[in-house]
Amino acid sequence: MQNVYLGIVLAPLFGAIIAGLFGRKIGRAGAHWVTIIGVGIAFLLSLVVLRHHVFNGAEPYNDTVYTWMMIEGIRLEVGFLVDNLTAVMICTVTFVSLMVHIYTIGYMHDDDGYQRFFSYIALFTFAMLMLVMANNFLQLFFGWEGVGLVSYLLIGFWYKRESATFASLKAFLVNRVGDFGFLLGIAAVLMAFNSLDYADVFAAAPLMAKVTVQIVPGVDWSLMTVTCILLFIGAMGKSAQVPLHVWLPDSMEGPTPISALIHAATMVTAGIFMVARMSPLFELSETALSFVLVIGPITALFMGFLGIIHNDIKRVVAYSTLSQLGYMTVALGVSAYPAAIFHLMTHAFFKALLFLGAGSVIIAMHHEQDIRKMGGLWKYMPITWLTFLIGTLALIGTPGFSGFYSKDSILEAVHFSHIAGSGFAYFAVMLGVFVTSFYSFRLYFLVFHGKERMDHHTQAHLHETPAVVTLPLILLAIPSVIIGALTIGPLLFGDGFGGSIFVAPEHNVLEHVKEEFHGALNFALHGVIGLPFILVVLGFLTAFILYMLKPELPGLIQQRFAMLYGIMERKYLFDEIYQSVFMRGGRSLGTTLWKYGDAGLIDGLLVNGGARLVGWFAAVARHLQTGYLYTYAFAMIIGLLILLTWFVAR
Amino acid sequence: MGFEKFLFYVFALILIFAAVRVITVRNSVHAALFLVLAFFTSAALWLLIEAEFLAITMVLVYVGAVMVLFLFVVMMLDLNISPTREGFIKYLPVGAAIAAVIVIEMVLVVGSGYFSSDQYQLISHPSDYSNTKELGSVLYTFYVYPFEIASVILLVAIIAAISLTLRRREGVKSQNPSQQIRVSRNDRVRLVNVTAEKKQ
Amino acid sequence: MIALTDYLVLGAILFCLSVAGIFLNRKNVIILLMSIELMLLSVNFNFIAFSRFLDDSIGQVFVFFILTVAAAESAIGLAILVVLFRNRRTINVADLDMLKG
Repeated sequence: MQNVYLGIVLAPLFGAIIAGLFGRKIGRAGAHWVTIIGVGIAFLLSLVVLRHHVFNGAEPYNDTVYTWMMIEGIRLEVGFLVDNLTAVMICTVTFVSLMVHIYTIGYMHDDDGYQRFFSYIALFTFAMLMLVMANNFLQLFFGWEGVGLVSYLLIGFWYKRESATFASLKAFLVNRVGDFGFLLGIAAVLMAFNSLDYADVFAAAPLMAKVTVQIVPGVDWSLMTVTCILLFIGAMGKSAQVPLHVWLPDSMEGPTPISALIHAATMVTAGIFMVARMSPLFELSETALSFVLVIGPITALFMGFLGIIHNDIKRVVAYSTLSQLGYMTVALGVSAYPAAIFHLMTHAFFKALLFLGAGSVIIAMHHEQDIRKMGGLWKYMPITWLTFLIGTLALIGTPGFSGFYSKDSILEAVHFSHIAGSGFAYFAVMLGVFVTSFYSFRLYFLVFHGKERMDHHTQAHLHETPAVVTLPLILLAIPSVIIGALTIGPLLFGDGFGGSIFVAPEHNVLEHVKEEFHGALNFALHGVIGLPFILVVLGFLTAFILYMLKPELPGLIQQRFAMLYGIMERKYLFDEIYQSVFMRGGRSLGTTLWKYGDAGLIDGLLVNGGARLVGWFAAVARHLQTGYLYTYAFAMIIGLLILLTWFVAR
Repeated sequence: MGFEKFLFYVFALILIFAAVRVITVRNSVHAALFLVLAFFTSAALWLLIEAEFLAITMVLVYVGAVMVLFLFVVMMLDLNISPTREGFIKYLPVGAAIAAVIVIEMVLVVGSGYFSSDQYQLISHPSDYSNTKELGSVLYTFYVYPFEIASVILLVAIIAAISLTLRRREGVKSQNPSQQIRVSRNDRVRLVNVTAEKKQ
Repeated sequence: MIALTDYLVLGAILFCLSVAGIFLNRKNVIILLMSIELMLLSVNFNFIAFSRFLDDSIGQVFVFFILTVAAAESAIGLAILVVLFRNRRTINVADLDMLKG
C-alpha cells in the first residue's frame, strides 16, 4: 500500500510542479489537464485507501518513508499514518479539490494567472494531504505551514489589488499568531515525550496525565492542559476560531474556487482534524476541553449573527463557514470527535457547493457580489439555483440532508455532555441553528427570489454558467444530500474510525447518542419533531417574512437598532481593536526600537560610537606622534625615568 | 686617598666639565671640540683601570675618525645657529629637573651598597699582563663571528654614507677612466689624403 | 683605591648630562648626535668598570662592538645630515616634519 499512499501525495505535487514551472510551455489547457489528472489520481487512490481501510477493515498503516535526520535520538522523518480517520479525510480533500479544479476551468477562464492558479491549488492539495497523512508532528507542521503558505498565495492571487494583498498579509499574520501557539505546543510535546512520532506520543500520553510543569514559577500547570491549549491555539488560527477568525472573511478577496477549496472545505478544517488526531492528548485534560468548548460556541453563534447583516454573497457564506467551524469545535470540546469529523466531511461538500454556487452567481452577475443587487435569479440559472438550494438545505440541517445528520449529532452530543461549559455551548449552538437557518434563507431569497434588482445590462446577459461550472455543482450536490444518511451509522456509531480516535469512557457522549440511534431514516424522522428543526423552520419563516413578504421591514429594523447594527457591520470591532492595539502597538514598538534601539543604540552608540571612539582615541594619540625627533627622545627618557623610579621604589 | 684616586677625580671633573660644555655651548664647533676633550679624558680614565686597548681605540677611532668627521660636517655646513638654539632657556629647567631626578635615582641605585661589596675588588695584574693580548685572544676565538659581523656593519656604513652623500652634478667636467681606457685608434686618428698643391 | 661605584656614578652623571643635552638642544641635530655619543660613552664606562672589577674581559669585547656600531651610526647619521642639509638648507629638527600628518 505504501506506493498507493505515496501516489496520493505525489500526484498533486507532480501536477503542481509541472503547471507551476512549465506553465508557459504546456499552455492553459496543459496546466489544467496535468493538475486535474494529478488530483484525479489522488482521488481514485484515496478511494482505494478508503475501501482498504474502512470497508475491508485493514490495520492502520504507520511507517516511515524517509528519515530526514536524527538529532540525539529524535527522529525527524517523513512518514504516513493511514487509518480510517485519514482515509475519510483524504477522500474528502481530494474529492472537493477535484471538483474545484474542474470548476476553476470555467471560473478562471479569462484570467492571466491561469497556470499559476492551477499550480497553487494542486500544491495546496499536496500540502493538505501531507498534513492529513502525517505520522509525526514535524510533517504535520510542514503540511500546516504549507497550506498556510498556499492560502497566502491564493488570497493574494490578484496581487495587483491592494485589498487582496492586504487580506493575504492579514491571513498570514493572524495564522502566524496561531502557528506560534502550535509550534510551542509541538515544542511542549517534544519536551515532554522526547519524540515527535504520533505513536510514541500517544502511547506515552496516559503516563503524563498527572505531570505538572511550572511555567510561571510557583504555579503548577498540568502539562497536558498546557500542551493541548497551545496546540488548540494553532487550531484556532487555522480553523478561524474567535478571536483569530478575522482573516477568514477577508480571505474572500481570493478567487471563489479558492474560497470553496481552502476557506470552506479543507484548509480551515485542518485545525479540527488536528484536534481529532490529538484526541488521546486532549482526552487527558478536561481543562483544555472546556477551553475548546468555550471558544467553539462563541464562534458558532456570534459569527452566525454577522452572516445576517452582511451583503457580500461570499462574505455571508464565509461567516456561515466560521459558524459551522464553531460547531465542529463544539463537537471537539464535548469529546465527540467523530461527530466533528463527520460534520467536517458533510460541511466540506455542502459548503464547497455553496461557494461554488456563489461563484457561479458571481460569474453570471459579471463579478457583482452585492446581494442587494441580485434577486430572481432562479429562472435564469436553474442548475445553480437548485444546487444552491440543496446546499442551503444541507447547511441549515433539514432532516434527510447530510448537514442534518452531522449537526444534529453534534447537538445531541452537547446535550449529553457534562464538561464545564457544555450548558452554555448547548444554548449557543441551539440558537445558532436558528441563526444559520435565518441567514441562509436570507441569502437564498435575496439572490434567487424576489425583485430583480440588478441593472438592465447585467439582466440582459444573465444566463446559466457553462458545464465545467455546473458539473461540479451537481457532483457536489449529490453527496450534500446523501452522504450524511449513508455514513452516519458506520462513522459515528459503528466502528468507522477504528482505533484512530480515542475517547475517554467518562467523556463518551456519543455512547448516549448511540443509544437513541436506530438507523438513519429513523434519525431523520425523529429530527422532524425535534427542537432543532423547529428552530430551523422558525428561521426560515423569519427570513421569508422579512425578505419575501415585507422587504421594507429589514431597513426599519436596521434603523431601530442602528448602534447594534453598526457594531455588527464592523464585525464586533475586532479589526479595529487589532489594528489599534496590535498593529499600532507593534508599529509604535517598532518605531521605538528603530529610533532608540537601532538608530540610537546600534547605529549611534555601537557603530558610529565605535568609530567616534576610535577617532577620539586617535586624535588623542596623534599628539604622541608629532613627527619631531625630540618627542620620541623625550618619550624614551620618560620611559627610562619611570623604569628607574619603579626600580628604586621596589 | 691614593694618587690613582686623585687622578680619577681630576679626570672625572674634567670629563663632567667637558660634557656640560658639549651640551651648553652655542657653537657646534666648540661642542665638537669639547666632545673631543671628553673622549680624551675618558680614555685616560679607562687607562686608569687597565683597559689600555679600548682607551687607545677610543682615541684613534673616536677622536681620530668620528670627531674629525663631526668637525668636518659642522664646518662644511653653513649653519645658522640662532634658530637651533630656540627654546634652550625655555627647556633648561625641565631638562635640568629630569637630569637631576635621573642622577638622584642612579645614585640611589649605585650607592645602595649593592656594588660596593667585596665581590667587586680591583685585581691587580702582573707587570707583563697585556690587556690587548687578552682581548684579542677572546675576540678572535669566541667572538669571531660577531667580529666578522661588526666588520660587515662597518662596510655597510661606509657604502651607506657614500651612497647617501654622492651626487652627480650637471655640467661638471670629469674624466671617465673606463672610456679613456677603451678608446681605440680609430676614435682618435683620422687619416686624410691631402692632395698636394701645385707649386706656384 | 678606585671603587666600582666611582665609575658607576661617573657613568650615571655622564648619562644624565647627555639626556639633558637631548632636552636642551632639541633643535640642533649635530648636538643631538653628540649627546648620543656621550650616552654611549657612559654605557661604555659601565661595561669597562664591571669588566675590570669582575675580571672578565667579555665586557670589554662588548665595548669594542659598541664602538664599532657607534662609529657606523655616526657616519651614517652625519651622511643623512649632509643630504638633509643639501635638500632643505637647515638642520633644525623643528623643520624636519615632512612625515608629520
